[in-house]
Order: sequence, then structure tokens, then C-alpha cells
Amino acid sequence: MGNNRLRKLSAVLCAAALFLSAGAPCFADGFDFDRNHLPYSDDWNDYPYDEAYYGQLKGTGASINFYNWGEYVSDGSDGLVDIVAEFQRLTDIKVYYTNFATNEELYAKLKSGAASYDVIVPSDYMVSRMIKEDMLLPLDYGNIPNAKYMNEDFMDPGYDPGSVYSLPYAWNTVGILYNTKMVKETPDSWSILWDEDYAGQILMFNNSRDAFGVALKYLGYSLNTEDPDQLREAAELLKEQKPLVQAYVMDQMFDKMENNEAAIAAYYAGDALLIHNDDIAIAMPKEGTNKFIDAVCIPKTAKNKLAAEMFINFLNEPTINAQNTEYVGYGTANLAAYCLLDEELREDPILYPPQEILDNSEMFINLSDETNLLLDQLWTEVKASNKNVWGWGVLPCATILAIVIGKARYRRRIAKRHKYMAED
Amino acid sequence: MTKRQNSLLSNLYIFVVMAFLYVPILVMIVYSFNTSKSRGAFLGFTTKWYLELFQNESILSALANTLIVAVVSSVIATLLGTAAAIGIRAMKKRNRDLIMNFTYLPVMSPEIVMGVSLMLLFVLFRIDFSLFTVIAAHITFNVPYIILSVMPKLRQMDQHLYEAAMDLGCTPFQAFIKVMLPEIMPGIITGFLIAFTFSLDDFNISYFVSGERAQTLPVLIYSMTRKRVSPEINALSAIIFLVVLTVLILTNVNDVRKEKQMQKGGRRG
Amino acid sequence: MKAKIAAAPYLLWAALFIVIPMGLVGYYAVTDANGAFTLDNFAQGMHFAPVIGSSVWLAIIATALCLLIAYPLAYLISRKSFNHQRTLVLLVMLPMWMNFLLRTYAWMTLLENNGVTNRLLGLIGLGPYEMINTQGAVILGMVYNYLPFMILPLYSVMTKIEPFLMEAASDLGCSPGEALRRVVLPLSMPGIATGITMVFVPSVSTFVISVMLGGGSFMLIGDLIEMQFLGNAYNPHLGAALSLVLMMILLICMALTDMFSNPEEKEGLLL
Repeated sequence: MGNNRLRKLSAVLCAAALFLSAGAPCFADGFDFDRNHLPYSDDWNDYPYDEAYYGQLKGTGASINFYNWGEYVSDGSDGLVDIVAEFQRLTDIKVYYTNFATNEELYAKLKSGAASYDVIVPSDYMVSRMIKEDMLLPLDYGNIPNAKYMNEDFMDPGYDPGSVYSLPYAWNTVGILYNTKMVKETPDSWSILWDEDYAGQILMFNNSRDAFGVALKYLGYSLNTEDPDQLREAAELLKEQKPLVQAYVMDQMFDKMENNEAAIAAYYAGDALLIHNDDIAIAMPKEGTNKFIDAVCIPKTAKNKLAAEMFINFLNEPTINAQNTEYVGYGTANLAAYCLLDEELREDPILYPPQEILDNSEMFINLSDETNLLLDQLWTEVKASNKNVWGWGVLPCATILAIVIGKARYRRRIAKRHKYMAED
Repeated sequence: MTKRQNSLLSNLYIFVVMAFLYVPILVMIVYSFNTSKSRGAFLGFTTKWYLELFQNESILSALANTLIVAVVSSVIATLLGTAAAIGIRAMKKRNRDLIMNFTYLPVMSPEIVMGVSLMLLFVLFRIDFSLFTVIAAHITFNVPYIILSVMPKLRQMDQHLYEAAMDLGCTPFQAFIKVMLPEIMPGIITGFLIAFTFSLDDFNISYFVSGERAQTLPVLIYSMTRKRVSPEINALSAIIFLVVLTVLILTNVNDVRKEKQMQKGGRRG
Repeated sequence: MKAKIAAAPYLLWAALFIVIPMGLVGYYAVTDANGAFTLDNFAQGMHFAPVIGSSVWLAIIATALCLLIAYPLAYLISRKSFNHQRTLVLLVMLPMWMNFLLRTYAWMTLLENNGVTNRLLGLIGLGPYEMINTQGAVILGMVYNYLPFMILPLYSVMTKIEPFLMEAASDLGCSPGEALRRVVLPLSMPGIATGITMVFVPSVSTFVISVMLGGGSFMLIGDLIEMQFLGNAYNPHLGAALSLVLMMILLICMALTDMFSNPEEKEGLLL
């Protein structure tokens, strides 16, 4: 079926779609690849790989560490390509694939020196933080020929001027995922995350930037505010929300929403497509939201830059990227891949949100060191604020008391015994 | 209360606590045969998770890592620890107490602190996280257990035996092999087994020093629990449980048999 | 004596992998990101006193519950026939051999809103109860994981209490309750001390149970430390300071329980 579907999406449809929606944000005016001759085929033995290029490191025992978000690369499920396996087969480069859950976790792993990675996928603001702290290597575009497929609109972004260090991987927005069986109304505001009616059924982001992003937007502030008072206000709001929150999660969200464990989750909108539950819907809050771009980068500690660049190039093979986009459920910045997508997906308001939503959203930018520190502190405070801890356990307390008393008596008895013995 | 009621009550109590310990494990085993991925409903019987488990490359390589780390680290720790125990025993009381107190430190201190401190060490010396770092960390937390299990045996041993052997013309090494080693062997074996199991089971320390390519099974399990839950975890638990159960039963049966033989032998003698 | 030299490799190893790393933690704790001396980290750490307080508190509750459950159990087991004792002790030890992550994971299955327990309760018309992601669930996780650590040392002291002591006590006019209090309890003190340490130390420093069963809402000091090193708020200096605070808490705890027992007794009980 896949093959047919992709052939169906050949040049005619693609060209039509491109011209019809010329105003859409992901189209640049001047793309210069011949879209009638896009490499497409999901028969991987037939795919027109550049064998000489991908064969460069064969037999050298090369390997890379690929550090990515969870459920963020097509893994062979749903009949889509298993990207890591296919790359290993093609290039003979072993890929050690592991996951992080948040940008901050990725940053900590890199910064602490606890790990060395060859390919990482930070989001926009984290890319610029890493550039600022000299943690990334410039990409050698000579080794990434498929960069030619990228949408010009996504190149030279604010977070990485000149696209020196990063190539966009996927982009999307943050939204409210909810279960239509458990939530009767149609949410249109972040306020539902503070609604007492859903106490214990709300899932919240387990990372500072996204969680504060939600609170700041709800308050009507900028996502990138550096005003300590506004940040403190947001922190108070998050603390207020805490009793209503069932759990602070990242990738655990999938299971909980899938199994009807929770009713509402603030999460990345595209992930709604990955939840196998027909009752899940997505709402875009009227206060505005966050638009983000995740980008592939090579950290300074990379052991095998060439292999890393080959992997990045591989990710941008049109058919590979198209299938990956289908799996991930976020928008792609690879125009060729976009052309290969099902029409249904191309017009999906979650993958490619309409203009009014994008106009109402803001991207994260890296904050100053002081604000980053303050944010970390405030976030730790939010997470650490515990209510009614002390109400627990009169019983254990009494036990402890009894033990202490018992111990004291025991000590006294021993002391006495020693005294007698001494007297003897 | 009669005696009978009493013993009924006590059996009931034991049963309740055992149920508390085993119900979660049983539930996992049952759910490892569940066709549904969801943890809620039991929809039908399948063994596919077991098959998938054995095709999952990352689980298999983590298993291999775990076994390598456990064997290497517990063997080295046993050698280091046994030698250390003998050495410490030969010291003056004051030094001995000092070192023994120091030896308690890693046993008593929280694992997370040891993990963090070793992570800082390896980062400082720019040692890439690999099997080597994991093994070094495991040796570090294992050695004290060896010392603590060999020490009592050394203390029980008649010091004169060793000297007598030397008087009778043994070299110190011969005396060690022929006299001391058999005496302290039970302690060494206990220590080795403890080290081996601790090493198999360790998560808190490995988590900080394992890096990407030397993930042990517990570290991998942790990363699995942070993602979409896979019933393969249930299958894995079921297998581990069965293996442990079998090993325990076998060793136990063996022990009982030996004891019976000894009792018989004793009676005859 | 030459035999002393045998300890040299161990001492070297300990210097390299225990002393230096602990020194590093100390160094990080009193410096800032630029390497300058500061006590700011501790001041900041004190900011999280409620977290430290609540982790100590939760650990105390878990330890007390373990003691309450384990004490009668250990006593009852120690009064059984030899073969029964052996089987029961094995049954207590068996779960310890399974990875604690797997065991904690099992409780997730049991406690979820649509989990096994709520489904069963639903069959008899009760519930559903909110069990996972509560403080109770975190405590339950601690008790479940560390209960054997309490049972085993208690059992091993209790087997050493000769039954005739109890008989003697009752011959001398003690009621069974009194005999328990005046004979068994004092004699089992070293076991209680070891058990408390062995449950309290891992409970107070855990960073996984609270995440898995508490939904990340009940932060403990272990989570806080992990968060500063590999988690969501990178600051190893604060993390190091918090590690030292945790060590201090445990040293105090050890000093308290040390009053019960001498080191040689402890040695046997740990294993």
C-alpha cells in the first residue's frame, strides 16, 4: 500500500499542492530542486541511495551515539521505515540510540561531561544556548548534500544565524491534549489546566521551560520574559496548580492518555497523533502558545563527525524524512519530504497549524544566564513545594517515640549492668 | 486465646505479609501473557512479548553488559577484599578500627552520593564512560562487603594454626594456601555471592557512570519505564523471577541434602 | 608483620575511588561555576529545607512501618520449626533478588486509576480510588522495596534468643507480654538498629520510587540531587552541597543507631 500511496503523490499532486498553498509558512519562493525527480521509494533495496557517499566508512567499524527525544524517530512500527536499522544496513555504521526527555536533561548530560554524543536533537532555544556556550561543532554542508531539500524559511533561523550549527529536524506547537470522553467542554484556554473539576486528571510538563511557558502565556506574558517578577508570578501559578496535577510527565504521557488514566495534558500537539486512542483531541488555547523547532546538531565532544553528518544527511533523504514525519507527527522542514506526504497529512492542522495559530504563537529564545539560573531555581521550588506532608502518620511517630524511649531504658539497663560488673 | 487460635493467627499474619511481597510479582507475571499493551484489562493470552524480548537487541546487549560487569567486578573485588581483610587483621588494633570504620563508610553512605562522586571523578580525569567505569564503580562498592564477610572468619580462625604451619616448615604462601584459605573460604564465597548479586542488581550507581554504550540491565529498565510502557518489561521480570527461584531452590535442596548427609555421618561416627 | 602489605591494594583503591571522589564532591560544594570559593550552595540548599524535611519524614514513616510489619513477622518466623524457617526466610529474600525497578513498576500496574486494584474493587462496587501519584504510594513503594532489609536482621537476632529464656521469664512470673517486652525486645535491639539503618538509608536517598509512584510531584532529596547532575536543572555545585547535607543526615542517623550495637555485631547482621 505504501508504495502506491507514495507513487500517487508523484509530481503532479505535489506541484499542485505547492502552488495552491503558496502562502503557507513552510514554503519559500525559491526552491531549486527538481521536484519531478525526487528520490522516492519505500522499497529500500530500490531506493536511489548515493552508495559511494554512504559507503565511505564501510568496514572501519565506525559508530555513533544518537541522543534523541523519546518516540522521535521512526522505529519500524506501523509499517514505516526503521531509520536506525536502515542506516546501519546502508552504511555499516553502528548507531547507539538512546533517549532524553527534556532539553535541560540533554544539556546536563552534555555539560557534565557524563556522555559523548555524535548527533543530538535540541530545540531552538537550547541550540542557541549551546552555541553560546561553545558546545557544538559547525556542520560541514559538503557532507550533507540533502540540505538542498530544506525549506529556505527554516534556514538561517534566529536561534542559529546562518544555520552554521544546526539543521531543522521537525517543528510543531504546544497544545492541550484532552480526552473527549472525560472532558465535556471543548477547551479553548490554558485555564482548563487550573480547573478544579479536573483535579487529579491533569498531566503537566516535567521541564521548566515548557511548564513556565504555559503559565506565562496564561498570564498573558511573553514566553521569553526576563522580568523576575513575572517569572515569580508564573511560579506561584504553577505551585497553585500542583494539587490539581496528577503527575509531571514527559514521555510517560503517552501511556497515561492512551489508557484513560488522565483527562488533560499540556504537551506537544503532534504527539496526539501517536496516542492510539480515538477519544484524544487537541485544542489550541486562545492565549497563544509556543512554536518550536527541533534541530539536529553535532556536539563538540563528538567522536565521529563524518558519520554523524552522514546520519544527518540520511535523515533528510526525502522518503526517509517523509516516513519519519508521518511517524513523529510534527511538521518537517524538508520540502522534498513534504511533497511526498499524504495530502491528508499535509493538510493536517496539527502537523501544519493554520496561520492564525502560528501568528498567535511565540518561539522560545535563549534567556540570559541569570534568568536561566532563576528559572531553574523557581522550577525546583515548584517541584519541591509539598503540601500536607506533615499530616501523615501519627502512628509511625508514636512508634519512633516508643523506640527512642525503649532505647533509653535499654541504655540505662546496660549502664547499670556494667556498673554491677564493675562492682563485682 | 488458645494456643491453636494463636498459631492460626500467626500463620495468617505470615501469609498476609507474604501476599504483600508476592502479589505485585504475580500480577506482573500474569500480565506478561496479556495480549493488550495496556496495563489495565487482561484481554487474552499470548507469548509474543517473550519472543519480542529475545529479539530486542538493546535488552540482550544490556544483559550481556550486566553479566560481564557482575563477574569481572565481583572477582576483582573478592581478590582485593580478601587480601585487604588479611592485611587489616594483621594490623594493630587502633589502625584496624580506623580502617574498618572507613570501610563501613561506603556500605552506609547513600548510593546516590557514591554514584555522583564517581561521576565527578571520571569526568575530571576525562575517562569515557564505558564498561570500565561501571566495573570500577562496582568494585568500589563491592570490596567492603567482601572484607566484612571474610573478617569474622579470620577472627574465628585459630591464629596459632598459621604459625604452627610455618614452624613445621611451610613458607608463608604455603601456610596461607594450606591452612588459612580453607578456614576463610566460606567467608570468601559468601562475600563473592553478595558482591555478585549486588552488582547484578545495582542501579543507583551504574546510572551515573554507565554512559551510552555500557548500559546495564537496570539502567535500561529505568529508561524503559520512563517511556511508553512495554509489556516486554513484564516478560523480563517473569524470566528473572523464574531464574532466581530456580537457583534458590537448587542451592537450597543441595544444602539440605548435604546437611542430611552430615547428620547421618555424625550419627555413625 | 608482612601480612599488612596485603591491605595495600585495597587502600590504594579506596583512596582513588572513595577518598578522591568524596573530596571532589566537597570541592564542588564550596565552589561556584567559576571555581571561586563560596558557601552560597549551602545557603541555596537550605532553601530546599522543606524537601529535605519531607524526605526525612517520609523515610521515617517508611522505616517505622517496616519495623511495625517486620518485627512480629521476624518473631513468628523465628519460632517456627527449622525447615519452615528456612523456607520462609528464602521467601522473604526472593523478591530482593529481583530488580527494585521491576518491583516498583509492578506497583504502578496495581495502583493506577484503571489498574488492577481499582478494577477488582470495581467488581464489588467500590472505588475507583486515587492511589498512584500520591504520597501514600511513595511510602508504599519504600516499604515494599525495603521490608526484607528490616525482616532479615531482626530474624537473625531473634533466632539467637533461646526459647528457654522466655520460659524462664514466664516461670519467674512474667506475663507473655511482659516477657516479650523485657526479654525479646532488649535482646533484639541490635537487629532493630541494623534494620532501621538499612531501611532508612535507601529510603531517604531514593530518587526513583518518588518519580515512578509519586508522579514527580513529591520531590525527595535524592530527586533534587539527581536533578542537579543529570536532570532538569544542571547545577553540580548545588548538587554536591546537597549530597553533603544528605551525608550529614545519614551520619547523624548512624550515630543514633550506633548507640545500640558494637561494630562486630553489626558485621554479622549486615550480611
